[in-house]
Amino acid sequence: MSASVTTLVNQPYKYGFVTDIESDTLPRGLSEETIYAISAKKGEPEFMLEFRLRAYRQWLKMTEPTWPDVSYPPINYQDIIYYSAPKQAPKKQSLDEVDPTLLETFEKLGISLSEQKRLANVAVDAIFDSVSVATTFREKLAEHGVIFCSISEALKEHPELVKKYLGSVVPAADNYFAALNAAVFSDGSFVYIPKGVECPMELSTYFRINNGDSGQFERTLIVAEEGSSVSYLEGCTAPMYDSNQLHAAVVELVAMDNASIKYSTVQNWYAGDVNGKGGIYNFVTKRGICKGKNSKISWTQVETGSAITWKYPSCVLVGDNSIGEFYSVALTNNHQQADTGTKMIHIGKNTRSTIVSKGISAGQSKNSYRGLVKMNPTADGARNYSQCDSMLIGSNAQANTYPYIQVQNEGARVEHEATTSKIGEDQLFYLAQRGISAEDAVSMMISGFCKDVFNQLPMEFAVEADKLLSLKLEGSVG
Amino acid sequence: MIVDNAPTVLSVKNLTATINDTPILKGLNLEIKAGEIHAIMGRNGSGKSTFSKILAGHPSYEVTGGEVIFEGQNLLELEAEERARSGVFLAFQYPVEIPGVSNLDFLRASYNARRKHQGLEEVDPFDFEDIVRDRLKVVQMDESFLDRSVNQGFSGGEKKRNEILQMALLEPTLAVLDETDSGLDIDALRIVAEGVNQLATENNAMLVITHYQRLLDYIVPDYVHVMYDGKIVMTGDKELALELEAKGYDWVDELQPVGV
Repeated sequence: MSASVTTLVNQPYKYGFVTDIESDTLPRGLSEETIYAISAKKGEPEFMLEFRLRAYRQWLKMTEPTWPDVSYPPINYQDIIYYSAPKQAPKKQSLDEVDPTLLETFEKLGISLSEQKRLANVAVDAIFDSVSVATTFREKLAEHGVIFCSISEALKEHPELVKKYLGSVVPAADNYFAALNAAVFSDGSFVYIPKGVECPMELSTYFRINNGDSGQFERTLIVAEEGSSVSYLEGCTAPMYDSNQLHAAVVELVAMDNASIKYSTVQNWYAGDVNGKGGIYNFVTKRGICKGKNSKISWTQVETGSAITWKYPSCVLVGDNSIGEFYSVALTNNHQQADTGTKMIHIGKNTRSTIVSKGISAGQSKNSYRGLVKMNPTADGARNYSQCDSMLIGSNAQANTYPYIQVQNEGARVEHEATTSKIGEDQLFYLAQRGISAEDAVSMMISGFCKDVFNQLPMEFAVEADKLLSLKLEGSVG
Repeated sequence: MIVDNAPTVLSVKNLTATINDTPILKGLNLEIKAGEIHAIMGRNGSGKSTFSKILAGHPSYEVTGGEVIFEGQNLLELEAEERARSGVFLAFQYPVEIPGVSNLDFLRASYNARRKHQGLEEVDPFDFEDIVRDRLKVVQMDESFLDRSVNQGFSGGEKKRNEILQMALLEPTLAVLDETDSGLDIDALRIVAEGVNQLATENNAMLVITHYQRLLDYIVPDYVHVMYDGKIVMTGDKELALELEAKGYDWVDELQPVGV
C-alpha cells in the first residue's frame, strides 16, 4: 500500500465491446418527420402518433434543465440518431429465430436468452438500441394472466391498456427529457399484472446501447392491479465510445389497491474513460403512483455507470396507507457526475415513505443527492424517514446533499439523517496490519456501507451488485 | 521467558526514520529472541510509538537507514499486509472504527489472510465461528461483539480487548503492544494483561510499549529498555522499570551526555 489514497484508475469496462450488425437506421436529427417515420416503422395506432407529436411540440417550447449539479457541453439534438434497430425479420414468437449475433451479444453480457441456459426464475426482455429483440417466458407468464412484452407489441396486442396508462404518471410534457422521450421513444417493456396475481417470477429488462451515434429512448410501463405484486429488474450496459450517447428513458408504475411493485435497477452504462472522455448521458424520469389504498412501490437502484446521471425515481402516494420506498447506491469515479435522488409526494392519509441513499464518490467525481419530501395538506398522519449517507474516497471527490422538505400538514412527520464519511488512511492501515489488502479493505467497507440497500435487491442481483462496486473501485486506492 | 539458544525473532540495527523529513528514530538497536517479553519505556515524543508503527509498515514514515530483520527476512521490503501475514502484529494504541463492517467478517478476513499466507486452507464462516468463540474466552468478550461493526461504539476497554482477541486469532510470532494500557481502568487492564499472558509461548515474542510501570506489574518483562530521543539508551530487567517509576524520566535526561 503506498502513501496515500489517491490516483484513480478505472477497471477496464468489460461490457465495452461493439456488436457488428446491420442496422435499420433513421438519418440523424429530429423533426416532425422523424416522429412520423418512427411511428410508421412501428405501425402504431393513431393515438400514439398524436401523443408523440403533442410531446414534441411541447418539447420545442421547453428548455433543458440547468439546476442539476452537473456540467456538460451543450447537446446537439440534431446530431443524434433517434432510431436504430438491428436488421432482422419481424420479431418472432420463437427465440430460435432471433439473429444469432444478437443472442451471442446478450450471452456475452451474461444474459442468456436461449431456452437451456437462461435463469430459471427470471423472465427477460432484451432491448438492443431502439427495439426489443426477445422476451423470454412469455407463455409461462401468460398462463397466470401476466403480460410481459415489449411496449411495441403491447401497442398492437393491448392498445386499450397502453392508452389508458401511458403518460398517466409521467405526462408527455412532464419535463424536458421526458417530453423528448415521449416524442421519440422506440421501445421498452410493458408489464401488466392482473387482479390478485402474484407474479410467479422476477421480470427483467436488459438494455443495450450498441450504436455509437444513436440515443436510446425507451419507455417502461408497469401496471399492478388490485391485490397483485411484481418484482422487476433492469440492467444496462453500452460499448465504449469516445463520444457521448444520450439515454433518456421514462418509467411509469401504477399500483392499485393492495398492490405492490418492486423496481430494481443495476445501471452500468459506460462511464467514460479516466479522463472523462465518452460515456452515457443518463437522463431518466421514473415515477410511480400508489393509486390504491395500502399499495406499495419500492425503488432500489445501484447506479455505477454513465458519465452523467440525472435521475429521481419518485412515488406519488395517493392511496391511503400507501408506502413509497427508495433505496439507492450511487457510485461515481474518475470524472463521473451524478445528481440523483427521489421525490416522495404524500397525498393520502397515513402514507409512509422511506429514503435510504448511499453515495460513494472517488476520483474527481461529483455525487449529489437531491430529494423532495412533500406532505400535502391532505396527508394526515403521513410519515417519512430519510437517511442520506455519503462516503468519500480520496481527496478530490465531491459529495453533496440537497434535501427539500415541504410540509403542509401539521400531523405529518418528517425525519432526515445525513452522514459523511471518508475511507481514511488510518482505516486502510489498520486493516493492512491485519493482513487485509487495500483493495479488499475498500471492498469490505463499501459493502458494509451499502448493506441496507443491497439487502433490498433480489438475491441473484445483490451478489452481482456487490461485485460490480468492487470492480468499479479496483485500483482506486493505493 | 528467556530460553537458551532460542532463535532471534527480531533484529533491529542502527534504525533511523523520519516523518515529513523530521528525524524521529536516530539509530535504534534491539534484538528479541523467541520466548522473550521486552518492554520499551520512554517519555512522550521519545519515538516509541513511531518505532511500533515502522515495524508494522505505516506508510507515513520513511526509513532512512539501518536494517530490520524479522525471522531472517528483511522486514522493510515487505508491505504492511505482508508483514502482518508473516506474523508481525501491532495492537494499536487507538484502534480505528470501521462502520458497516461486522467484527466477525473482519476477523475472518484477517484470519484467512494469515492462513492463506501459511499455505493453509481458508476457513468457512461456520468453522470460523467455532474458532472465534473459543478465542473470545481469552479476553472474556461476549459473543455479541462479533455482530457489531469493527470497534464502532466500543468503549476504550472493549477496543483493547478486541485487539487482544485479534492477537489470539492470528497467533503472531511478534506482537507489538503499543500503549495497550492507555485509557484502561484497572479491571480492563487486568483482563487485557491476562489475555496477553495466556498467549505468550516460547515460540513467540512480545514487545510492550508503555509510558507507565503499571502494565508491567501484570505483563512481566524479561528486558526493559528506555528510549530517549529516538534511541534505546538503557537496558535492564524489570527492576529498571521500577527504578524509572521511582526516579522519573528526568533521571534519564540527566544521564544523557550534554549536547544530545
